Amino acid sequence: MLLTVKSLVVDRGDRRIIDDLSFSLRAGETLTLLGPNGVGKTTLIRALAGFLAHQSGEILLEGPGLDEEKPVGESCHYVGHANGMKSSLTVIENLSFWSHYFGSERRLGKETNTCDDENTQPFEQSLRVALEQFDLFELADIPAGYLSAGQKRRLGLARLLVSKRPLWLLDEPTVSLDQASVMLLGEAVKAHVAGGGLVVAATHIPLGLENTRELLLASRSVVA
Amino acid sequence: MSAFWTLLKRDLLLAMREGSAVGTALGFYLIVVALLPLGLGPDLNLLSRIAPGILWIALLLAALLSLGRLFEADDEDGSLEVMALGEMPLEIVAVAKALAHWLSTGIPLVLAAPVLAILLNLDINAYGVLVLSLLIGTPAISFLGLIGAALTLRAKKGGLLLALLVLPLYVPTLIFGISAINAALSGFGGFYASLMILGAISMGAVVLGPIASAAALRFQMQ
Repeated sequence: MLLTVKSLVVDRGDRRIIDDLSFSLRAGETLTLLGPNGVGKTTLIRALAGFLAHQSGEILLEGPGLDEEKPVGESCHYVGHANGMKSSLTVIENLSFWSHYFGSERRLGKETNTCDDENTQPFEQSLRVALEQFDLFELADIPAGYLSAGQKRRLGLARLLVSKRPLWLLDEPTVSLDQASVMLLGEAVKAHVAGGGLVVAATHIPLGLENTRELLLASRSVVA
Repeated sequence: MSAFWTLLKRDLLLAMREGSAVGTALGFYLIVVALLPLGLGPDLNLLSRIAPGILWIALLLAALLSLGRLFEADDEDGSLEVMALGEMPLEIVAVAKALAHWLSTGIPLVLAAPVLAILLNLDINAYGVLVLSLLIGTPAISFLGLIGAALTLRAKKGGLLLALLVLPLYVPTLIFGISAINAALSGFGGFYASLMILGAISMGAVVLGPIASAAALRFQMQ
């Protein structure tokens, strides 16, 4: 698994935010984006996810089992400023929705001959793992709207675990998390990386990881 | 396909739990139709003559009220961006959302129409065609509404803009919906032609609406 970014240029309006950026990230590595506010960390992450068109350059994700034609966005989990959870659904309903939304199609394609019981098993398994990892087990039946900001954030992060995708794009994942929850996130990232995943995170709070590379985005105000 | 059903089921569940969208639409429909006889006076002939038009126009406006929320709720809480990263294309996401809107708002409005028709003294022979024309025509309201909802997604106070964008698109549906009912009222039959055109418009909307709105959504998410 290899993420390659080659001379990436991203404009927002007529302002050039990212100018000729190149880096590569191998399986098992974490890239932390550093730099002052407004330097383009979110822009870079959104460009990687495919929300923002880039003016020139390439973003490639290569690896076994990955279709090169497929957009990079379909191989990544994106956690942005919003959590993507419905406040009138319970914690478990929210997670189960995303698990079915992301997981089912690939599973149907590969294991068409398995019976129904076995098909439902992976969902419940991954849901349990996600709940346990982010300490949400006791909150499972509570509507997401009643959770505190930190609990909501943990729920948003739990989405990372309900379906398997190689690249995690985390934009300020530690916002409103307490110390213990930051540790939980660190463990989840560590496990993902150990399993051959890739992580790109913009964060000011160290997640307590080894094998982390840092990318310092420098401020520039070049007008195109 | 199962991502599609998952999304449709979730949207219907949300519509049921939150319930405000359909409540507002039904309430608005009731109020507009109930106020009209009060304003026009108790001329039963006049009321029954204008009933088809009133029932259709008020339904359009009532449905319009809930269109703004079609993508807005998902955009605010970040769900829309997460959905865009799924393997299901945004066009199909739009189909699921419009279908959920039609089932949760369109159908209740259609079911309310014959009850409200009593207030307007609609000829008893036209009830069947009224319901049929609304049933065939309302998918166009939901699916063309997608376009307006996607275009005005991040516009502050986009409600009025949405109406300006979408109402002109409803003109063909309105014309053929009313002409079907009038054909039934005239007693010569011949409402099939109007119903068929109405169905054609709806089917066109089912194809066009999702494609146009997905393009708009991709632009909005930049």
